[in-house]
Amino acid sequence: MYELDDVRKRYGNGKGGVDALTGVDLTIPAGEFLAIQGPTGQGKSTLLQLLGAMDRPTAGRVAYDGHDLGGLSERELTRLRARAFGFVFQTFNLIPTLTAGENVETALVGLGVHGSQRRARAAAALAEVGLDHRTRHLPGELSGGEQQRTAIARALVKEPRVILADEPTGNLDQDTRDEIVGLLESLWKTHGVTLVVVTHDDTVASRAPRRMRLEAGRMVDGAAAA
Amino acid sequence: MFFRYLSRELRRRSRQAFVVSLGLAVGIALVVAVSAMASGVEQAQGDVLHSLYGVATDITVTRSGAGQGPAGFRVGAGEDPQRISRDQVMTGPGQAPFDASEVDEIAGADGVADAVGGLELTLIHLNGKLPTFDLGQGGSTTGTNAAPQAPQSVAVTPGQLRVATSSLTGVDTSNTNLGPLAGTRVTSGRSLDTGDAKEPVAVLDADYAAQKDLAVGDTLTIRGTDFRVVGIVEASAQGSGGSDIYLPLAEAQTLAGLKGQIDTVYVKATSSQTIAAAKRAIQKVDPDATVTTSSDLAKQVTGSLSSAANLASKLGSWLSIAALATAIVLATLLTLAAVGRRTREIGTLKALGWRTRRVVGQVMGETLVLGAIGGAIGIALGVAGAWVVTKVAPSLTATIANGPTLAGSGGAAAGGDPFSRTISVALHAPISGSLVAAAVGLALAGGLVAGLFGGWRAARMRPADAMRQVV
Repeated sequence: MYELDDVRKRYGNGKGGVDALTGVDLTIPAGEFLAIQGPTGQGKSTLLQLLGAMDRPTAGRVAYDGHDLGGLSERELTRLRARAFGFVFQTFNLIPTLTAGENVETALVGLGVHGSQRRARAAAALAEVGLDHRTRHLPGELSGGEQQRTAIARALVKEPRVILADEPTGNLDQDTRDEIVGLLESLWKTHGVTLVVVTHDDTVASRAPRRMRLEAGRMVDGAAAA
Repeated sequence: MFFRYLSRELRRRSRQAFVVSLGLAVGIALVVAVSAMASGVEQAQGDVLHSLYGVATDITVTRSGAGQGPAGFRVGAGEDPQRISRDQVMTGPGQAPFDASEVDEIAGADGVADAVGGLELTLIHLNGKLPTFDLGQGGSTTGTNAAPQAPQSVAVTPGQLRVATSSLTGVDTSNTNLGPLAGTRVTSGRSLDTGDAKEPVAVLDADYAAQKDLAVGDTLTIRGTDFRVVGIVEASAQGSGGSDIYLPLAEAQTLAGLKGQIDTVYVKATSSQTIAAAKRAIQKVDPDATVTTSSDLAKQVTGSLSSAANLASKLGSWLSIAALATAIVLATLLTLAAVGRRTREIGTLKALGWRTRRVVGQVMGETLVLGAIGGAIGIALGVAGAWVVTKVAPSLTATIANGPTLAGSGGAAAGGDPFSRTISVALHAPISGSLVAAAVGLALAGGLVAGLFGGWRAARMRPADAMRQVV
């Protein structure tokens, strides 16, 4: 599914520039659950952005299903994000003025799904993560775990091929963390999606069949954990 | 989704939305109120013209020259040399009479719907006792005698002379729909008509008639000619203008010794839009003529109307432009700040696959709604302000010094200069549909400008840049 070949990413120019990725080679087969670990500031989130077509590499090649993402137009990248990728963020990134149901619906706007169909699919996604009773609640009325489950429903509702999660348990307590990781693992199994989780939490990473470590912008450990 | 998201966002940022809307509202309110008052001032200027020349008159044509000017008064033979009672009828200073046949030429000019001639005169009535000069050598003379002997001493007994000025207009009785009488309403008797062309009849202004204690059926004597009063009129326009005495044109010409002459042509243009073109056409037909429209007349006017016009055109316009510009700048800055605060939100939407156009549309939709709300409040405030002005109807005065006409009412006599006149008009602030439409357009444009800047900033955000704030 993914083929990364000597991927480099540099922010800024000249001496003040920062090299976030310094040559990443990575292959991610379809349907894999991959955990990427590493200390803060080592390029984990940058790698996730490149995998999610949110940014382009400075050098190297990020291929998704054989397509070089760096060569796609902004419009094609937008369409790809809308169709193929679901995102789960550390801070949930829910729209505070929209209800849980409406937040889930936002993921279908880019696909052109309208009206009742959109609402029905959002309700089904929320039911799948156990939040069917919270559809009309605003994010501020939900607990941290419920907010992250809403975010997972938002990632899931478009039936993506890939779910990219960036520190999905970073803002949660231990019990909720286990609950969320369990939910992600369960969805990976039932939906057959490719799941890439960036985390510095060993407990979370240990649930993944394959673990990678990123240090100083390079993959330093490509061994399977399981 | 668009409207739900939009309305919730505006409610979330209700305080900022209120500030933006209020800013735009103040700007729009000022624009509406000032424009309405400017329109009212323009209308008042039109009223001044109509009050001078009749409601249907768009343009007047006069000709400058020496005029007859004030003349001396001679005491007639056989009268008491120390008492006089004399009338003098004359055209104004700087105003020259011309041949009445020019009316037809002007009537044929492009853009002219109708034209009629008239003779605007001033009647100066001198009444009282002349001063006495008692010569030391025993001689005595009045001020009217010439060549006094060189006296050793002169004792002067002051006279008691009263000078009264009235305006007198010769009216073409074959067409009273245009010209001075067109701006009047008959309160007693009748107006002049075609049958009066060669009759010694007069129509009087109500104030003048009351002042002179004259009524329909009475006789008014001017320079020894008796005129039968057939009607009393009052100005039907807002202004208190109009002539004191209206006579058939031929009678006025005889009194002034100007047979076949007129000094003013009253012109009606084919439409209000063709006034300027008609003026040019008349100037082509008669290059020596002084062609005056209401906007030209406005330049000759002094007094509070002139001050109001200046206030509306200068301070008012700048104030409303400044307020509106400030409001738009404020709205733009607040929108930019709001978009900046929503970096994560906008980045998330882009990461979810929202196209830039949709995100920009969302931002612009919000500012357009704020513009519409601000516009609605502003129009309401502006209309309320204009309504108050119209309700209060402050009185403005327009003084025309040495203007294109000598026609004057009681106001002229009250002033020091018999050739100037003061007209009072009530200021209204009319709100037109086009003004409201323009205000709506301005409000939406304000919202659009703010939205364009906000949208531009949102468009520049990339999903990864937005995520970088939180990852």
